[in-house]
Amino acid sequence: MGKWTRRAFIGAGSVVGGGFVLGVAGLALAPNRLRVVAEGGAGAGELNTWITVTPDNLVTVLVPHCEMGQGSQTALAMMAAEEMDADWAMVRVKEAPALSAYANEYLVRAFIGGSVPASAVRGFDYGTYYIARWVGLQVTGGSSAVRGTGVHGMTLAGAAAREMLVAAAAQHFSANSSELIVKTSRVLHEGSGRSASFGELATAAAKMPVPSRPRLKAPDSYAIRRTPRPRLDIPSKVDGSAVYAIDFKTPGLLSAAVEIAPVYGGKLVSVDSAAAEAMPGVKRIVRLTEAVAVVADSYWHARTALIALKPVFDNAGHGEVSSASIFAAFDASLGPAPEMPASAATVVKADYRVPFLAHATMEPMCCTARVDGDKAEVWTGVQDPLKGRGIAAKALGLPPDNVRFTNLLLGGGFGRRLPDSIDYIDMCARIAKVMSPAPVKMVWSRETDIQHDYYRPAAMARFAGALDANGSAIAVKSRYAGGGDGESTFTPYAIGDKSATSSDVSHPIRTGPWRSVLNSQHGFFKESFVDEMAHAAKKDPYHFRRDLLVDQPRFRAVLDRAAAMADWNSPLPDREGRGIALTECFGSIVAEVAHVAVSPDGRLRVRAVSAAVDCGDVVNPDSAAAQAEGGIMFGLSAALVGEITIAGGRVVQRNFNDYQMIRLMDAPQINVEFIRSERAPGGLGEPCVPPIAAAVANAIFAATGIRVRDLPIKNQDLSRRQAPT
Amino acid sequence: MAITLNVNGRDYLVDVDPDSPLLWAIRDTIGLTGTKFGCGIAECGACTVLVDGRAVRSCMFPVGSAESTAITTIEGLAKDGTLHRIQQAWIDHQVPQCGYCQSGMIMAVCGLLTEHPHPTDDEIDAELTNICRCGTFARVRRAIRAMAHGERSHHG
Repeated sequence: MGKWTRRAFIGAGSVVGGGFVLGVAGLALAPNRLRVVAEGGAGAGELNTWITVTPDNLVTVLVPHCEMGQGSQTALAMMAAEEMDADWAMVRVKEAPALSAYANEYLVRAFIGGSVPASAVRGFDYGTYYIARWVGLQVTGGSSAVRGTGVHGMTLAGAAAREMLVAAAAQHFSANSSELIVKTSRVLHEGSGRSASFGELATAAAKMPVPSRPRLKAPDSYAIRRTPRPRLDIPSKVDGSAVYAIDFKTPGLLSAAVEIAPVYGGKLVSVDSAAAEAMPGVKRIVRLTEAVAVVADSYWHARTALIALKPVFDNAGHGEVSSASIFAAFDASLGPAPEMPASAATVVKADYRVPFLAHATMEPMCCTARVDGDKAEVWTGVQDPLKGRGIAAKALGLPPDNVRFTNLLLGGGFGRRLPDSIDYIDMCARIAKVMSPAPVKMVWSRETDIQHDYYRPAAMARFAGALDANGSAIAVKSRYAGGGDGESTFTPYAIGDKSATSSDVSHPIRTGPWRSVLNSQHGFFKESFVDEMAHAAKKDPYHFRRDLLVDQPRFRAVLDRAAAMADWNSPLPDREGRGIALTECFGSIVAEVAHVAVSPDGRLRVRAVSAAVDCGDVVNPDSAAAQAEGGIMFGLSAALVGEITIAGGRVVQRNFNDYQMIRLMDAPQINVEFIRSERAPGGLGEPCVPPIAAAVANAIFAATGIRVRDLPIKNQDLSRRQAPT
Repeated sequence: MAITLNVNGRDYLVDVDPDSPLLWAIRDTIGLTGTKFGCGIAECGACTVLVDGRAVRSCMFPVGSAESTAITTIEGLAKDGTLHRIQQAWIDHQVPQCGYCQSGMIMAVCGLLTEHPHPTDDEIDAELTNICRCGTFARVRRAIRAMAHGERSHHG
C-alpha cells in the first residue's frame, strides 16, 4: 500500500469544506508526484498525480477508475478540465495503472474517516461503506467515481494544475498572476497581449509549488461541465478497435477452457483425460482442486476437448439445497408478521420474494496470465486492478510488486468484477503457473459464467402496516431475510412507527454485489408495500406517498416531477395502468412511473417509463441520461424475466436461452429528467435500478387488480380470468 | 484442412475444422477481435457478421459454409477512413455503454437496413433480437429511426 503523502494539501482542514472530509482531499493523499513522472514520457510536465500536460498541448487525465460503459472516465476528465479551463478538444483520458499510488483509500477515508458505523442508520452512505471494506484498493463501485474521485479529487487536481500553469506564465511574462486569465488551454496576459499555451508552460509549471488551497470555479462559470460531451471511449466501440480483456493477444498465447464443480465448494473427483489429450491442438489437461482445464492452441480446440473430458465432481454436501429449501428457510426465520398497534383501523400484510440473479455481463469472465520464474503478468478487466494484482500474486506465491497487471476494457461490470468476486484471476494464474512460461488466456463459456457467478442474493420480506380510521399510515414494520441495511430499507415517509429488521439465514449459494447491491430487492419490497397501503386506504398511490413527504421536500420534488412527466392523472384504456415508486441510494433520489398494458390473455407490455432523478449537479447530462436508461433496462430484466434457480445444490440456468433478459422488442420508451441542483453530485450507475420493479408491479395492480409479490413477473398469470372480481 | 475465407475484401487461408464456428476462425485464426463471443448458441448476437450481406451469428455458423462468400466484420465497415453511416449514427446518438455487444448490434442493423431500408418499429423489433446487457435499446432504436429518416442528432 502506498504511503500517504501529505505534502500538497495537508493541514487544509477546510479544503473541501465540512468536517466530514477530515481535512484531507485528493492531492493531499495522492502519492508524491515525482513517482509518476515517467508516465508522461520525455519532456512531459507532471503537474500532479492525475494530470499530465505535454508540450503538444494535450492534457491527459489519469483516472483511477475502470471504464465499463458508465461514462465516468469522461465525466472525471471533464471535472478536471473544467477547473483547468482547458480546451476540451485537447483533453485525453487514460486509466491509471494498477499501482498502489492510485489506490482510492484516501477517498474512503475522506468520506467516513476510517470508522464504520456501529448501527445501521439512514443518512449513511452504504455504497461508500462497501467500498470502505476494500480500503487500499482501486475500486470502481458504489456509484462513487464522480461523487468521490471527481468531487474530492479531480476538481482539486484541475484547480491546482491551473494555478501552477498560471504561476509559470506569471514568471515567464514577468507579470502578476492576478493579471492573467486562462481560456481554452492558454494563459493570457491582457495588458501586453502575450499568451502561452499549457503545452508551452508545462515544464516550468511542473516546478511550481503545489498550491495548498486551489480555488475552485463557481458553478455558474462552468464551460465544460453541464453540457453534453460525447464520451471519449465511444469511437473505439463502433469500429471494433476497443480492446477488451477477451481480445488480448500476445505471441505464443495458449487458450484455456474450464469446467468448474457445478455445486459451489465441490471438488474435482476424477477425469478421464485420455481421449481429450489425443485431440487436435491440446497441450495439457490441468487438474485444479475445484475445476479442470484444457489448455490448447486455440479456444475452440480447448473447448471441444473439454467436452470430451466428462469430469466428475462432488457436491460438497449441498446436494439437497434448492430454491424451495432456501425460501422455506427464509419463511421459517421470519416468524409471524410484525405486531401492529391496537389503534389500527386497518391492517395490511404481505410477503414478497425475489430470486437470485446473475450479472451476465456480455463479456464472460476471462483473463490472460503469464508466469516466468518469480515474475508474472496479468491482463484482464476488473473493477479493482490493485486487488486483481494481489489475487494473482497470492495465487502464485509472489510479492505483488512482481506481478504486472494491465486492466483492459470491461465488457460489462455491474458488480461482477468487484474485488471480492474476481475468482477467475486466481484460477487463470494457477493454470498459467502449470503452463509457465507460456501465456494462457482463460475464457469462461457462457454456461460457466452463468453457473459460477456471485449472485444477487435471493431475499424475502414480511410486512405489516397499519392505517388509522382516516386512512393515514401509522405503522409499517418488516422483517427480511437475504440481506439488507439501513440505506436499502430506508423510506422517507412520515410514518410514526417504522422498522425493518433482519433475520440471518445462511445457505451455500455464493452471493455478491449486483448493480445497486441490496437496493434492488428492498426497493421492490418497500415500494410495493406502500402501494398496497395506499390502495387499502382507498387513496391514489401518488398522493398517498406525497402526503407522507411533507418534511422531505427533495423527495417530494422528485416524486412530483415523475408524476407530472407521466401525466399521472390522465385516463388510460382498460387493462392499462400506471405505477409509481421512489427510492434513494448512493446519494441520489429517483422516482419512476411505469405505464403498462396487460392483454386479456395476460401478456404484459411496459409501454413507457418516466424517471425523475435528483443526483445533484449533473456533470455530463447525456451520459447521465444513458445511465438512467440503462439502469431502468437492467432493473426491468430482473423484474420481468430474470431468475436463477437452484436444484440439487447447483444453478439450473445455463445460457441466455434460459437465463433471460429483455431485448429491444421489450424495451419501453424511457424519458429521464434531472432535477436542477447545485448540490454535490450523487451516484448514478446504480440509483435508477431499484424503483423499476415496484413501479411495474404497482402499474400491473392498477391495470388488472392483480398484486405481484414475487419476482420475476413472468411466473405470474396476469390473464383476465385471474383478476379479482 | 485449409479453407479460404474472404473477410473484409481480403483472402485468408485458415487451417481449421470446417465444422468449427466461423467466430473462432475470425477471432483466433485471422485475429480480428472486433467480433465478440457472447453465448455460443446464437442467442445474443454479439458475434454477428455479414455473410454475403446477410447478418449471421457466427458462433454457430460453420466455417465450411463461409467458403466462397464475402464476409464483413465490424473492422470492414468503414471505407477509406470514413465511418459507415451506422457507426456515425452510433456516435451521434452515443449508443454504446460497455460496448461489448455493439459490434454485433451494428452488424445486425446493417443486415436490417439492407432488407428494410426504412424499417417500421415492428420490423426493428422482429429483426433486432441482440442482447445488450447495458440496456442501450432506446438509443439503438433512436439511431435507426434517425437513419431511416435521414436525421442527425444534436451531437452530430
